[in-house]
Amino acid sequence: MNRKQRIMLIRIIIAALLMVILPQFQVSGALRFALFMLPYLIVGYDILLKAVKGILRGQVFDECFLMAVATVGAIALALYERSGDYTEAIAVMLFYQIGELFQSYAVGKSRKNITQLMDIRPDYANIEKDGKLEKVDPDDVSVGTVIIVQPGEKVPIDGIVVSGESSLNTSALTGESMPRSIGEGSEIISGSINMTGVLKIRTTKEFGESTVSKILDLVENASSRKSKSEDFISRFARIYTPAVCLGALLLAVIPPLISLLLGNAAGWENWIYRALTFLVISCPCALVISIPLSFFAGIGGASNAGVLVKGSNYLETLSKTQIVVFDKTGTLTKGVFEVNGIHHGTVSDEKILEYAALAESASSHPIAKSLQKAYGGPIDRKRVSDIREISGGGITAIIDGHSIACGNDKLMHMVNVSPIPCHSTGTIIHVALDGKYAGHIVISDVVKPHSAEAIKELKKAGIAKVAMFTGDARSVADKIASDLGIDTVYSELLPADKVEKTEELLRTKPKKAMLAFVGDGINDAPVLGRADIGIAMGAMGSDAAIEAADVVLMDDDPLKVAKAIRISRKCLRIVYQNIVFAIGIKLLCLLLGALGIANMWLAIFADVGVMVIAVLNAIRALFVKNL
Amino acid sequence: MKKTYAIEVDCANCANKMEAAAGKTEGVRACSVNFMMQKMTVEFQDGADRSAVMEAVRRNCKRVESDCEVFI
Repeated sequence: MNRKQRIMLIRIIIAALLMVILPQFQVSGALRFALFMLPYLIVGYDILLKAVKGILRGQVFDECFLMAVATVGAIALALYERSGDYTEAIAVMLFYQIGELFQSYAVGKSRKNITQLMDIRPDYANIEKDGKLEKVDPDDVSVGTVIIVQPGEKVPIDGIVVSGESSLNTSALTGESMPRSIGEGSEIISGSINMTGVLKIRTTKEFGESTVSKILDLVENASSRKSKSEDFISRFARIYTPAVCLGALLLAVIPPLISLLLGNAAGWENWIYRALTFLVISCPCALVISIPLSFFAGIGGASNAGVLVKGSNYLETLSKTQIVVFDKTGTLTKGVFEVNGIHHGTVSDEKILEYAALAESASSHPIAKSLQKAYGGPIDRKRVSDIREISGGGITAIIDGHSIACGNDKLMHMVNVSPIPCHSTGTIIHVALDGKYAGHIVISDVVKPHSAEAIKELKKAGIAKVAMFTGDARSVADKIASDLGIDTVYSELLPADKVEKTEELLRTKPKKAMLAFVGDGINDAPVLGRADIGIAMGAMGSDAAIEAADVVLMDDDPLKVAKAIRISRKCLRIVYQNIVFAIGIKLLCLLLGALGIANMWLAIFADVGVMVIAVLNAIRALFVKNL
Repeated sequence: MKKTYAIEVDCANCANKMEAAAGKTEGVRACSVNFMMQKMTVEFQDGADRSAVMEAVRRNCKRVESDCEVFI
């Protein structure tokens, strides 16, 4: 609680105590009035002051003004009726202030909680100077400086590990709880926490350009992009207050006049009282506060789960997603080639791999690299001689005195060997040993471990259509799609085709269903921009992705797509609950007030109660762990 | 030209009123108030004198909500 809130609390307590004590004194007349004005003024003087200021500035529909009119009106009625019942006016003021205090406290508290959740901002960087560690402002560290990160400290700036080994906790960034082990030469991302060893890091970026600064900037500004629900509420709030006030005025004047015309008593006091009840419910605060709070909590909770949402509007769009299109490479698959199988070997699989790796040892092609990686042993170039690259075919070489041919079936026919065709999808490397077929190696892009589950989760979440875009050949694409359970595949697409296909899908989809495109953010920026909502994954540190996408998944896991959708749905559900609940209760109170069933007590109770419940409900959007 | 300023405002509806008031200020193309982060993002019109515009923004905000503050 800050100073302002503490003072308010003390005022409320004093006024409440007086409210309990004063009715014990059997006094009447002017003395009673003076005594009862004490708690009223203690709890409400600032409202009255603001009301006067508001009138001077022409702000008639100011909450303070309306509260002042309602309470002063109630007091005036009590004086006029000589009932001496001032408690109602005081109670209205008291509860109004309690509501305001609660609101300000709850908002402050949740703001603090949520920013703490995103507390990845490093406070300092360690630099070694004359053998001693010195703490400096990360803003002052220039690119290329060696900084030292001790166990338990946050990595302040992006860089490359110069020396030291450790494991990193990246959960604040990615939501992934498994520590990541790193050593010399590893790239390191700011915002992660060094857990075990001392690390020396050469910085590659300035603090302002580092991952941690970018993420903080993105999340903190996310709630500035307002959603349609927020716009709706602020527009509603703008007309609600004047409309209720007008209603109050009509209620105070028209029924008594009609009554007079009919020859009955006017009953002014009764109708004015009902009108004042209206004014008590005229403040739209419960509505206005709960919506941005829900979005704020939703965005905060999502970022804690490793899903960065760039704005409340995107959270809203995400919740309406019905079509999810995945880019294949780097999204559903790892985007790296790996040896996936070795078939029909006449010698041992290891031997085939060894020969192939050696034959390709001079090449830097990704396929050569994946062969070398799968072989894993030392590559002794001295064993290889006479390397000849056959363009569009492969490589022939002499290894340990054996003649080796290694490449596609065209090459096999060239060396007069008949290759055995392979049924697996991917790139096939045939190997011939001393003029005889020795088997083939299948190299293909590897599907991520969670891809199939991710598609299943999406379907479970009620996504109508899951599609995949890929530049791969039809057979490869169809195989992966059927393995993963994807409905529609668009294969053999050039990058420009992807935009065109997206537009086609956008044209044919139902209007309310939103289309999400999930890409790796490197080469599909145009599609990310074109889709209703662009989701980039594996984007830690990739500037292009953060620029182009609306939602960034901090780790490579496609499962997060379904999670992001569920988070957004929960958040929007809460938003709608609050809208319906708050408007509903207010309208009900207005109706009961107009009929004379609800008095001011009930009105203010309902008003403050709705706000408390709406705020508590909004904070629920923060809890997304088990979604 | 966009710039973000820290603000202080107690209630969400007041923040909306500030947003509307600041948006109508001369020299301001658009304004967005983030109640949760207590920030105001102002997009200025080309060639507007920023400090003069912000003084006017603060004045206009204070008119609709006396209890607010814009830190220029």
